[in-house]
Parts: sequence; structure tokens; C-alpha cells
Amino acid sequence: MKQIVAKAAAGRAMGNLFAAAHGRLPGSGPVAHIRARAFEAYERAGLPHRRIEAWKYTDLRALIGEVLPLAPRPDAAALVRAARSVKQAAADQAVKLVLVDGIFAPELSDVGRLENGVDVRSLREVLENSADSAIAALVLSTTTDAVISLNAAMATDGLVISIAEGRAVKRPIQIVHVATGSLVSTFTRSYLQLGQGAHAAVLESFVSAEGTSAYQTNDATIVLVGDEASLSHIRLAADAADAVNISSGIIAVGAGARLDLFSMTCSGSISRYQGFVTLAGEGSELSANGVNLIRHKQHVDTTIVVDHAVPHCTSREKFRAVVDDCGRSVFQGRIVVRPGAQKTDATLTTRALLLSDEAEADNKPELEIFAEDVTCRHGSTLGALDGALVFYMRARGLSEKDAQALLIKAFLGEPIEEIATENLRDLVSAQAEHWLLARR
Amino acid sequence: MALLEVRDLHAGIEDCEILRGLDLTVNAGEVHAIMGPNGSGKSTLSHIISGKPGYRVSTGRILFKDEDLLAMEADERAAKGVFLAFQYPVEIPGVTTMNFLRAALNAQRGARAQKEFSTPDFLKRVREVAKSLNIPEGVLKRGLNVGFSGGEKKRNEILQMALLEPSLCILDEIDSGLDIDALRIVADGINALRSPERAMIVITHYRRLLDYIEPDVVHVMSKGQVRKSGGKELALELEACGYAQFEGAA
Ligand SMILES: Nc1ncnc2c1ncn2[C@@H]1O[C@H](COP(=O)(O)OP(=O)(O)OP(=O)(O)O)[C@@H](O)[C@H]1O
Ligand SMILES: [Mg+2]
Repeated sequence: MKQIVAKAAAGRAMGNLFAAAHGRLPGSGPVAHIRARAFEAYERAGLPHRRIEAWKYTDLRALIGEVLPLAPRPDAAALVRAARSVKQAAADQAVKLVLVDGIFAPELSDVGRLENGVDVRSLREVLENSADSAIAALVLSTTTDAVISLNAAMATDGLVISIAEGRAVKRPIQIVHVATGSLVSTFTRSYLQLGQGAHAAVLESFVSAEGTSAYQTNDATIVLVGDEASLSHIRLAADAADAVNISSGIIAVGAGARLDLFSMTCSGSISRYQGFVTLAGEGSELSANGVNLIRHKQHVDTTIVVDHAVPHCTSREKFRAVVDDCGRSVFQGRIVVRPGAQKTDATLTTRALLLSDEAEADNKPELEIFAEDVTCRHGSTLGALDGALVFYMRARGLSEKDAQALLIKAFLGEPIEEIATENLRDLVSAQAEHWLLARR
Repeated sequence: MALLEVRDLHAGIEDCEILRGLDLTVNAGEVHAIMGPNGSGKSTLSHIISGKPGYRVSTGRILFKDEDLLAMEADERAAKGVFLAFQYPVEIPGVTTMNFLRAALNAQRGARAQKEFSTPDFLKRVREVAKSLNIPEGVLKRGLNVGFSGGEKKRNEILQMALLEPSLCILDEIDSGLDIDALRIVADGINALRSPERAMIVITHYRRLLDYIEPDVVHVMSKGQVRKSGGKELALELEACGYAQFEGAA
């Protein structure tokens, strides 16, 4: 009885959230209809909780309780504060596209530096233009996951990027999400499409302006990698210490195409990245890697579902988590091999390094194999630093923290080495160094 | 003043006493050999001197340059000049020998308030020593000791010792796993480091090493104590008669 009352109350608060945001959500007619349906789907399920299998270890209902009200449109002062963080987060040579509090900020972006064959529009523009209703429906697509439905209902803006056939984009495209408001939530949704044979590197950074706290970010990105195309997609979540970041990637990879996915979370209070990758065309390849650096009471969840839908596809996944203090790491990796997806070759390894007695890590690998002629392997390890190695290094003069730092860096090295673009790899390494420095 | 003084050392792991009243005095410039049967506590002594955690010292003391060594962390001891060449050097994947050497050297120099080596000076020095020990440069770029042969690991220990220039070198079975040529190379490397300021404790089972590295004093260790000390002729005697005569009370 009590539970039903609570749920009804939560539902009303939600209803208010959508109603209150209504005038601010771009799109009318069919778009408004899609949003209303998405919100209904969300309301039926509510925030995910531990009895939803996919959210077993990240009980959002218990962890965040409620969704905060929608962030207001950033004013001039907010943009000035955001600009400072954007500067810090900017990757060398990258072409920046900036979203401040969930709204595209062209004045902070490098739209003028976009290369030929790279078309960028704001989601708002696409949703408001009735000629774009087909693409709008695609961008707002949902799954059975409630946070993705909520995102479709509430998305205020985002980027719709399309890269022309055969185009090899030279400079990385960097989407920077900056939060400047406290006790509010943002909803962004982006779409990235690579035409046949195109090549690109896209970096997504999540940061906050100084003094910003306790915000909630809900982002979703729909990615289509065309046949023979290749995409390096890197995400770097460096949110404020008490922020919540729930991000979803829905990704399809075409025939003979390649996706290199890398995810790093190094701050924020509660974070989940869920990537749903469908290897949709024969001969496609996925390399999915990531490192999570977890301390204090952080809860960081990486959930990757790889769907081998057709034969002759390869997936390689390597994830590492370093957990200090009372931190908690969750890694869920599901590999699905559809009937007929013969010659599938899939491996998944996850390792967690616990640096304190209170640190916790949950690893859940799952294989669902419906084809016969496949090679699928998974392995996971969990453990502390090897005392014998630490002593050896200390006996040569390294302090305990320095010895640990070298061993942690070595532990993280393998997935980071998978990042092919040198300056992006350096950026990720620098973040890891920065995290380690704070341990001294 | 002795460089190292171990007095009535009783130590072990948990309730198991391994060292049972050990005495040892080593002066600067001297080379001491310690021989003794398996399990007599030789490696335990080397671990306790270098500061390995996990041992319980119930009584006794260890003075190094007149300072209480037992009160220091392992890295402080290293910075003061204690070096242990491990009986079983560990493998550290993901940390290259080169990076490790640089980190260790700079950490020690930092602790002694000395200037860090410049990169060219450091590289020059490493290459020099590596060459003298017949260590190919490619090996230095690999993970520390990862996939190294037994002999390569031991040579890598001497490489580190030569670079770190400690004042007390403890060599725990540096000769195990070395072929005849490697033994000579390693011994030459060690002899090159002999100096009036530096002392060495050479733990070994074989007289052969002591033909190359001539000790000033030979100790026989058994059941956690030094049972007999003498000149290098003691090593010959041991080879002829074995340890049986030292198994009784001291
Ligand atoms: N971690 C441990 N727990 C319990 N006993 C230990 C431990 N390590 C060593 N010992 C015991 O302490 C004793 C001394 O071991 P130590 O390794 O010092 O001998 P050693 O003289 O170096 O032998 P060797 O010549 O075989 O190298 C042995 O009986 C050994 O079993
Ligand atoms: Mg031993």
C-alpha cells in the first residue's frame, strides 16, 4: 500500500515535470505526439529500480529518488561561466560543439571550422522543421529502457551531425556538455550518422562550470555507422562531484564498418553509461574499451550490450575500473549472438582493482548465444594491488603512493592504448594522471 | 662505526619465529658471504633489512649508519642506501624497465634532495651500464622483467644496483639461474661496484660465485642464527663437509 502511494506521488511529480517543461520542448504535431508517447512509456515504468534486471546494481529510484526540474535556458552569465570550462575541456585541434545546460551554444562552438562534408544542425532546428519529420522520428527513437524514453520526451536540444559518404574527417569533433545550473536536470539527444566509407573521430565531454553542483544529466546519442565507414567514439565524463550522469548510446554498425568506442568516467556521484551496439552489417568490427576511476562514494556503472545480428562480425571489449574509498563499480556486459550469426567472434574482459577495503565492484558478463559456429569468451577479475610488486618498487625507492600510481597506470594502460588518435589518447591519459595526483 | 649492525634479532611471520637471535656486523668496504641450508632464514634476513612488510620483529635491532633501520619504511631505507637484489625478482607488466629505473632513481635523488638526472644524462648512463651487463636495449623497453629469462632478471637487478649506487648491497642468490658466461658478467658488474664506502652481503649456495667475488668474511647461517664466521676458506670447508656440523647449538 505504502509503495503504491509512493509510486503515485512520484508519478505526479513526473507528470508535473513534463507539463512544466512543455512550452520549452521544441517540436509540434508529430514530434509532440512522439514525446507524449515517450513520456507515457516512462511514466508507466518510472525510474528504473533494482527489480528491473538491467538496472539491478544501479537502483536509480533509491540512488537519486527523483528527477530534478528542467534547467532554465542559460543566460549570458551562464555562457561566460561555461566558456571557461569549455576552454579547459577542449581537446587539441578538435572542432567543438557546445551544449550548455542542454541547449546548443553556437557562440561557444567552432561551427565555422567544420570541415567540408560535415553537416551539423541543432536538434531544436530539426524538431521544429516539419520537412525533417522523418529524421526527427529517428532521432527520438526509444527502446524499452525508461531513461531513454524520458530523454525522448524531455530533450531540449542536441546535435544532429551527418558526415558525407567517403569523407575522412581530419580533426576530431568534440561535443562538450557543460552544466552551469545546480539542482536542475538537463536532457540532450544527439544523432550522428556516418555515410558509407566515411571516417571520423567524435569526442564527447561532460563537464561543469565552477561552483555548479547537484545537477542531473540525461543524454542519449543515436549513432549510425554506414557500410565500410569507421568511427572512433570517445566519451569522457568529468562531472561535478555530486552530479548524476545517465548517458545512453544506441549504435548500429554497417557492413564492413568499424567502431572504436571508449568510455571514461572519472568524477560525478552517480553515473551510468549504457551502450547498445548492434553489429548490423556483415564483417563489421567493434572495439569497445573503457576505464572508470572511482573514489569517495561514487557509483559508476558501465553497461554494454553488443548484439551480433549478422554473421562474420567481431567484437573486442576491454574494461577496467579502479575503485578507491567507498566507491562502487558496476560493469555489465551482454553479448547476444542472433540465430544465424555464424562465425561471430566476441571477447569481453573486465578487471576491477580495489584500492580500499570498502571499495566494491560488481561484474556481470552475460552471453546469449543462438548460433552454433561462434567463438565467444569472457573473463573478469577482481582484486587488490599485488603487495609483492608494491614492495619491490618501494625497495627501489618509490614511495607507496608512487608505486601504486605506476601500477594503476599500468593496469589502465591496455584499454587506453586502444585509442588510435594520439591526442585523444593523451587527453584520456592526462585525465587518469590527474585523478592519480589527487591520491598523493 | 659499522655500516650495518644487526643485534640479537628475533623475527618471524605471525607466531613462527624464523630468525632466532641473529648477530651480524658489516663494515664499509667489506664483502660478506652468507651461506646456509634451505630454509635457514637468509632471505628472511634480507627482507627484514630492506623493510618488507609482514614480518614481526620481537626483539633486537638493526642499525644502518647508526640509524634505526626498523623505524623506516622500505623506500626510506632505499634512499639511505640499502639495496636488495631479490632472489625472485617480480614481473611488472605495463611498467617498462626504463620508466621504472627513471622513477626509482628520481625518487631516491628527490629523497636525498639531489637534482633529478636530465633525460639525456639518464639515458646515457643506463645505456652504458646495460651494455656492460650485456643487456640488449630492446629489453629495457619491455615490461619490467616480463618474459625475461632467469638470467636476464638477475642481470636486470644488477643494472638497477649499478644505477642506484647504494651503500649496502644485499645479493640474494644472484647466481641462481645464471649460465657460466652470465655468472662472470654479473660478477664483473658486482666487482665494479666494490668500493671503500660500499659493503655487500652476498647470499649464495655455491662457492663458485665466491671465486669471482672474493668475500672478506663468510658466515654460516642455520636455524635463524649465524653459527660460524670465518675467512673465505670457510666456503671451501662447507663444500667439503656440508652443513651437518652447524645444525646443533651455536
Ligand atoms: N610467508 C611465510 N610464512 C610462513 N613461513 C615462512 C614464510 N616465508 C618463509 N617462511 C619460512 O621461513 C623459513 C626461512 O625461509 P627463507 O626464505 O628465509 O630461507 P632461505 O634461507 O632463504 O632458504 P633458501 O636457501 O631456500 O632460499 C623457512 O622455513 C620458510 O618456510
Ligand atoms: Mg632464500
